[in-house]
Amino acid sequence: QVSLSGLKPLPEKVKIVEVGPRDGLQNEKTIVPADVKIRLIDMLSEAGLPVIEATSFVSPKWVPQMADQEEVMRGIHRKPGVSYPVLTPNLKGYRAAVKAGAMEVAIFGAASELFSKRNINCSVEESLQRFEEVMSAAREEKVPVRGYVSCVLGCPYEGSVSPSRVAEVAQRLYSMGCYEVSLGDTVGMGTPGGMAAMLEAVMREVPVHALAVHCHDTYGQALANILVALQNGVSVVDASVAGLGGCPYAQGASGNVATEDVVYMLHGLSIHTGVDLPKLMDAGSYICRSLNRRTSSKVAQASCKL
Amino acid sequence: MGNVPNAVKHCLSYENLMGESFRLPSSFQEKKWPEVHKFPDFVKIVEVGPRDGLQNEKEMVPTEIKIQLIDMLSQTGLSVIEATSFVSSKWVVQMADHNEVLTGINKSPHVRYPVLTPNIQGFQAAVEAGAAEVAVFGSASETFSRKNINCSVEESMQRFEQVICAARQACIPVRGYVSCALGCPYEGQVHPAQVTKVAKRLHELGCYEVSLGDTTGMGTAGSMAAMLRAVMAEVPIHALAVHCHDTYGQALANILTALQMGVSVVDSSVAGLGGCPYAEGASGNVSTEDVVYMLHGLGIQTGVDLAKVIEAGDFICRALKRPTNSKVSQATSRSQPSFNMCE
Repeated sequence: QVSLSGLKPLPEKVKIVEVGPRDGLQNEKTIVPADVKIRLIDMLSEAGLPVIEATSFVSPKWVPQMADQEEVMRGIHRKPGVSYPVLTPNLKGYRAAVKAGAMEVAIFGAASELFSKRNINCSVEESLQRFEEVMSAAREEKVPVRGYVSCVLGCPYEGSVSPSRVAEVAQRLYSMGCYEVSLGDTVGMGTPGGMAAMLEAVMREVPVHALAVHCHDTYGQALANILVALQNGVSVVDASVAGLGGCPYAQGASGNVATEDVVYMLHGLSIHTGVDLPKLMDAGSYICRSLNRRTSSKVAQASCKL
Repeated sequence: MGNVPNAVKHCLSYENLMGESFRLPSSFQEKKWPEVHKFPDFVKIVEVGPRDGLQNEKEMVPTEIKIQLIDMLSQTGLSVIEATSFVSSKWVVQMADHNEVLTGINKSPHVRYPVLTPNIQGFQAAVEAGAAEVAVFGSASETFSRKNINCSVEESMQRFEQVICAARQACIPVRGYVSCALGCPYEGQVHPAQVTKVAKRLHELGCYEVSLGDTTGMGTAGSMAAMLRAVMAEVPIHALAVHCHDTYGQALANILTALQMGVSVVDSSVAGLGGCPYAEGASGNVSTEDVVYMLHGLGIQTGVDLAKVIEAGDFICRALKRPTNSKVSQATSRSQPSFNMCE
């Protein structure tokens, strides 16, 4: 049973990290041309989002959706004050990213061994060593690096994941030099109690200002989990416009939480995000039309922005 | 929710979002609220799918399907299942078969089957059909009351007083509902004091429980906490329930907030039946499956067998020829075999 004493007042400001163009599109079946991706990112920039994950420098044979990585990076209009991090799974990807103009990168670790092996074909330890190379190069070139930890509230293969294991991986990424570590509920199976327990363990190793949550809405739990994270001091939240990106582990199920729904909750709580919700919804409508799919955002549905 | 004419389908909510009025004044906000040291050990779920859910579904459902749905739900461990509504069939066609449904269901000894009774005629018909519990619906918003049931809030209270009086004589418990507790599709924001006034009145009149409904789903955690704080000052917490709509995806976060304030009764609808009449295509009731998943994940007992609720949800969705609104149901029906979330 989860204790409710010790919950903090909600933060005044929350930074939203928009992952739609990368995490979202990567998990959409329909391949979207570069100009559509560029237009989406530009619309998101106009909507006031401070961080927009633009693309992934992973081999196109693994992720065909991200094959146009260079074209996207060169084509976007960079709004001053907005960061456009890109995924770089290894040194090769990092070099290509920097060459294409990337000024911030991200690396992905996992709290589950099986997930690491099945997802990126190596153990967690091996992946961390791979990242060390990226960190080294990034440090020299003064490129900030964001770390992600997958499976923080459960693994599609292992089932439950211990908070101490999550804390261990988060701590490694942070001490390696990641300025921020985003804790991802990859299968969306987490509930608020599990979120609180996991955060408690991680916060013993990583300061809360350096933590973010990346919740999936596969079981409808995302907003409740995000709320609890905020009550525990977290003030950075990842989300995906229109809830782009289904869950690869449960066909037809939803994945990423919709940015619109998160922003609605935060604004309803008088928390400042800097995001213009109607403009965000316009970006969501645009990409859904391009993908020929309905939005996963309830706020958008309620506002007839289907 | 009741008899909203089809004409009211414009996107009020979108206009709200565009305007400055969207942000609640700080007096309506709470930033820190856990009122209790831990979550309740047990939460009672009030299943409203067969009434509130079906009432707001376009597709007419035959009586035998309604009966089968309720019978399936009776086997899931749910202790309260709102069965039907004794409202005039010219207003709510879906509920025209109220007599057949109430007399046709296989009543489990562990379950209560409240029915809606908007007035004394409805109450009498309900009792004649064997109802052992009834419910009345008030509103925190004047405009909503007038548009929905054609009378002022005060007039509706007088009507309910008659029902509650008759119910007391017949030893029949009465549950009260307050609509628009976190906002009104016509008036926009609703002050917590308005909600308190109506909730208190219903409780004092004799309702054993008052369910506070976020009718449009526009509420967020802060406004939920503020509203509850105001109501709890006048109505004991054990007599309060929350009835959250998921139209803006806020329901579970709002329910979580209510639990943190000490509420331990939650209304929900199997498969998230019942769309929102105010925003075409938008969702309405929160899904029982998703609520139960969250509660069980928190270590809170409900007595409910989630797998059986999912089955009942699948049944009614097949009958309605529509997909479920429950994310848990969507995820479990398609997940890998190694991954069983119903444990």
